[in-house]
Amino acid sequence: MADTHSVIGTKNKKGQTFTDTWKMMNDAPRTPSFYTGSEVIKEALRRASCDVMIAYPITPQSEAAALIGELFAEGYIGDYFRGESEFAVMSQCAGAAFGGARVFTTTAGPGTMRAMENFPMWSGARLPIQMIVTCRGINSPLSIQPDTLEIAYLLNTGMLVWHAETAQDFFDWILKGYMVSEEPDVHLPLALCCDGFFVTHTKDVVNLTPADMCLPPYDPYRSPVPCMDMECPPVRMMRDPFVMKSNYISYATHASWQQEVWAAVERSRKHTIKWLNGLIETENTDAEVIIVASGTAVSQGREAIRLLEDEGIRCGLVKVKVLRPWPGEEIREATKNAKHIIVPEFNVTGWLAKEIKATIPNSERVHAGPRVCGGMTMPPEIIVSEIKTLLGIHTVSMASRG
Amino acid sequence: MSKERIKISEDLYDIMPSDYQDLVKSATYGKEDRGWKDIGNSKELIEQHSLCAGCPESMAFRYILASLPNPEDTVMVGSTGCTSLVFPMVAVHNIHSLFGNQNAIASGLKRALSVRFPGRTKDVVVLAGDGATVDIGLDMTLQAWFRQEKFTTICFDNELYANTGGQESGLMQKGFVAKMAPVGKLFDKVRLPEIARESGCHYVVQCTVSKPSLIEKVVRNAVMISREIGPTYLQLYTPCILEIGKNSMEGLQEMRDSEKPTERFAYKEYISEPAKQLLAEMAAKDKEKKAAAKQLASQGA
Repeated sequence: MADTHSVIGTKNKKGQTFTDTWKMMNDAPRTPSFYTGSEVIKEALRRASCDVMIAYPITPQSEAAALIGELFAEGYIGDYFRGESEFAVMSQCAGAAFGGARVFTTTAGPGTMRAMENFPMWSGARLPIQMIVTCRGINSPLSIQPDTLEIAYLLNTGMLVWHAETAQDFFDWILKGYMVSEEPDVHLPLALCCDGFFVTHTKDVVNLTPADMCLPPYDPYRSPVPCMDMECPPVRMMRDPFVMKSNYISYATHASWQQEVWAAVERSRKHTIKWLNGLIETENTDAEVIIVASGTAVSQGREAIRLLEDEGIRCGLVKVKVLRPWPGEEIREATKNAKHIIVPEFNVTGWLAKEIKATIPNSERVHAGPRVCGGMTMPPEIIVSEIKTLLGIHTVSMASRG
Repeated sequence: MSKERIKISEDLYDIMPSDYQDLVKSATYGKEDRGWKDIGNSKELIEQHSLCAGCPESMAFRYILASLPNPEDTVMVGSTGCTSLVFPMVAVHNIHSLFGNQNAIASGLKRALSVRFPGRTKDVVVLAGDGATVDIGLDMTLQAWFRQEKFTTICFDNELYANTGGQESGLMQKGFVAKMAPVGKLFDKVRLPEIARESGCHYVVQCTVSKPSLIEKVVRNAVMISREIGPTYLQLYTPCILEIGKNSMEGLQEMRDSEKPTERFAYKEYISEPAKQLLAEMAAKDKEKKAAAKQLASQGA
């Protein structure tokens, strides 16, 4: 059963000290390191006291998944293997989490789609699995390029969904993510998304916590549902299985459990605000024009703001860090003075703009673009150009430049 | 889990459901020589179930649960189908997640339990229908065997999709007319026992559940071999009397008819060399124990 004493301050078999996560993330010294996003995932996992990682090759997450295999070989991960498909991998992750393990996996694009049936099951079974999603195209013809359309499909699974902008976000959020996911009043899976290649395959300076500190281990007996390890009484779960009953009790049970899962998503809000210092970050929200974005579109937005400043046009920024729970209140407040809300996105449908439109008053203020997809980059100039057009400032279009 | 874990506080005893009280009083958790003969003398690990009257699957469930060598440390994995109507009434931890992913769930589960409880026995047993095992889940069934995952896979073969109303399945006989096979099934019954052998299973048995003593033996062997050596597979004929047009009392005869030497469910067994060795060691130990008990008894007399 649950440990009756704290393990904080004791060492694991690799000599790392189990450290209070708040101290580790906020007070411990940081070392600037020049790493790719994939390497940063590995470094976060080194410190995550992870029991089981299950891998499958798909671009652009293959490198990270293989690097975590090296961690396993070094003894930092309890068990690690390559599954046979993303559908199987996500089920294997579920099996490991049902058995009380802290579980990690990574996927991308078509892999996310293939595994999709598992995600509402993860939430419904209250399994706090962490899954990195390095977004890539899911359309046909085949594409491996960055594109965030798959995030739209994850938004209604009951998972927590976060969208990292940089490798630094990634490093911190992987570790903090477990703290939010594993809270007894949350206990839900986390999809930690980033834009493939832009974050995974570029190098950046990332401030790492000390390698000899690691998270306290997961305690499966803090779960709101029993851990399937036969260490607690195997009472019958129900007298009549609800699956086949066409009666009100059955419907009410299913309905209330779905409501409870979404209530748990809501309850994660307070923990997420504490660990991530808010669901959004803002700059200059008194400006008439505000860019609202998530992922690397935030970085491009920042660059556009700098270019506009050079021309004397003031523009604000909202970085949406967390998509589930949805920061509706925060976005309403941050955009209340804005006349124009620009939502640049790396996908064809503009799911973020739709979410924002459904959230704020006077949604005609939302300009759902610019949008690029299929692996196209988003030069800050096209954001600048769209903003100028909205403001009625004549601009030479990108296309006409030849 | 020890039996201590399921004890009820005296103050709460009278408000616990009677079937839980019975579990504490007379279930066979921890009994070393537990088996089918405990049925009727002790609390079974299955309470009332909602299968059809006379369903051979319910017999199979009772025999298997009575025969698990280590139910106090066994976790079962099911799949969607008639079995998922029974599992909620079973007194060992069990997981239903999706349709067909049972061997993937079991792979992750077994590994997690090995990481969390090093040096302790935690058995994992998969129990699913033929649609889950051979059709929608075949990939994950085989891949778990290729990887030599250490758990037992039991397939309840009723040769069709029973729970959805009798549609064609891969384990259905060729020529059988069923829903989705309107002119009769056009290809042979999939030969999963042979495939299991070639895929790395160390113990493969195909039989019916007409004889409880046989089920006790094969379940015990399968679990012990999977614990020590690698994957094992049991394919048990549990006819869906409803869908083959039989009456409630005709299930047993259907199984007896189908297990004759010339019939498709004639007893079939494969045991790998390391598994043979393990079974011989187990038999020798049993013999030793019995001899010692006999000697003790004669001394006492």
